[in-house]
Amino acid sequence: MRIAIASGKGGTGKTTAAVALARVMGSCVLVDCDVEAPNAHLFLNPEVQNTQDAYVMIPEVDDGKCTGCGECSRVCQFNALAVLGKSVLVFNELCHGCGGCVLACEPKAITEGGRLIGTMQWGKAGDLDFYDAKLRIGEPMSPPLIKALKHQAELSEAENTILDCPPGTTCPMVEAVGGADYCILVTEPTPFGLHDLNMAYQTVQELGIPAGVILNRAGMGDDCIQNYCKANGIPILLEIPHSREIAEGYAAGKDILSSMPSLEDGFKKVINTISEGLNNG
Amino acid sequence: MAETGKAKTITIISGKGGTGKTSVTAAFASLAAPVVVADCDVDAANLHLLLSPEVEKSVDFYAMPIARINQDLCVGCGLCNDLCRYEAIVVQDDNYSVDPLACEACLVCKEHCPEQAIGTVERQAGYWFLSQARTGPMVHASLGIAQENSGKLVTEVRKAAAEVAEKEKLGLVLVDGPPGIGCAVMASLTGADLVIAVTEATQSGLKDLIRVNDLCNHFKIPIHIIVNKCDLNPEVTQAVRKWAQEAEAPIIGEIPYDTDFTKAMIEAKTIVEYKSSRIGDELKSIWNTVLETMKSIV
Ligand code: SF4
Ligand code: SF4
Ligand code: SF4
Ligand code: SF4
Repeated sequence: MRIAIASGKGGTGKTTAAVALARVMGSCVLVDCDVEAPNAHLFLNPEVQNTQDAYVMIPEVDDGKCTGCGECSRVCQFNALAVLGKSVLVFNELCHGCGGCVLACEPKAITEGGRLIGTMQWGKAGDLDFYDAKLRIGEPMSPPLIKALKHQAELSEAENTILDCPPGTTCPMVEAVGGADYCILVTEPTPFGLHDLNMAYQTVQELGIPAGVILNRAGMGDDCIQNYCKANGIPILLEIPHSREIAEGYAAGKDILSSMPSLEDGFKKVINTISEGLNNG
Repeated sequence: MAETGKAKTITIISGKGGTGKTSVTAAFASLAAPVVVADCDVDAANLHLLLSPEVEKSVDFYAMPIARINQDLCVGCGLCNDLCRYEAIVVQDDNYSVDPLACEACLVCKEHCPEQAIGTVERQAGYWFLSQARTGPMVHASLGIAQENSGKLVTEVRKAAAEVAEKEKLGLVLVDGPPGIGCAVMASLTGADLVIAVTEATQSGLKDLIRVNDLCNHFKIPIHIIVNKCDLNPEVTQAVRKWAQEAEAPIIGEIPYDTDFTKAMIEAKTIVEYKSSRIGDELKSIWNTVLETMKSIV
């Protein structure tokens, strides 16, 4: 079973929920796909066993062989290449690594080099297999790193996977949520929370992934989320009460089950509800 | 703000999501009005929920065209599938098609298909709007579901905001930037005269602040910091202060943890428009510091 934890809006408690769910599942894989702002490790203090750099392909041009024909720059859809006389200027950060220029260059002046996009690491946090990655500072594209990280995590032998996804509803989120059997959308009872939940829900529907909601900070705002979920037939799997105590615990890097142990049953129920639903559906 | 010359831009970012960046931007907009506001957090655009803009002009936004296979011409040779590096070609019973969510729009398949069976489809990915809000002109956007990363749309929003500032002779643009450190953040930092990072006094907030500061350093842009939820954990707040001092990133304001932000949001008001509150007063004094800071750096 692969469960993605996502949210349109950032800061709603995705990581909190992901860590708690992983904890109550016992042995499973937790993949922190929020490579722009990876924070799950703060709550788990994993023992890192491996690190590995991730790359995307970029072209390397041999000026000695280049005839200045301009074909590479013509085929590149991302304006990453400029041909100047008989040499080529590569704008590394614009390159998407599609390989089109390599194929287009008849004199074979282009070979494949690599651009470092980030560093992955993995190890153990108690029973958990933990994976995360940091996007290299200045690297614009996170989806290739998320993809590489998910590939790496597939090597783990644990049966169940929790994917802590980046916020938003664009390609990093889509890359992270992709392939999940179920998606939990974490939100909060505010107009911002509602607006972004709606975006995120439509996105997972588009991807064909069944979804449910965890309502965090319940009681802080109004009942817009309950009404929305009711109107759209989305199950609310769990309500986490608004509490300064939890916020204080979070600030210190304490996971929510330590701040409020009574929530453990609630998180267990979430897992049971999802697995029963998937087995029957 | 000066009424002549090019408008100055203050860009507000956060690293971590949910730190209160948009609420702070909206408060500044109230205090600076009339001012141009640009919502560059196009991925989770929320500023309009506080500033209630009336749309005056809506412009279609097109993403890069993606590949489409013409089934009548395709002979099923499989070359496109071999060449595509994004697993975007779907093969089902010898039928070849393109998964629009996976397609990167590189058009390598189109270039090499021996039958010229591959064409392109335009994708209308969203809109951007030129509006009138309570605080003055506002440029914002709405991105379709599951679209590609939003850097290009952010750039259009930013440019439109600069244009409207010039046209209406307004001296200041406030940009609400996206969270994270990726392509959309970079696109919203371009052209900023002052960058303010709104963080929260939590372990996660500090970690993400450090990364966003690294990003700004990478582009040689100095940042100023506002610490939200500064009274949750004195130790963490102390750690943020210590880090800021060492990083030479001045803290220009601290805001206590307060649910008034939420209450104001539910009434669709900015915190300074909402009944008098201690954080409203706090934001007024932070805004004065921002104005002073602007004078000293530009
Ligand atoms: S690999 Fe693709 S994106 Fe990169 S430079 Fe070559 S053609 Fe352009
Ligand atoms: S396609 Fe090859 S030969 Fe032609 S300009 Fe590019 S690198 Fe040079
Ligand atoms: S390369 Fe062209 S002809 Fe060959 S399978 Fe792809 S679309 Fe069909
Ligand atoms: S355009 Fe590029 S990504 Fe899209 S299907 Fe063709 S080769 Fe694959």
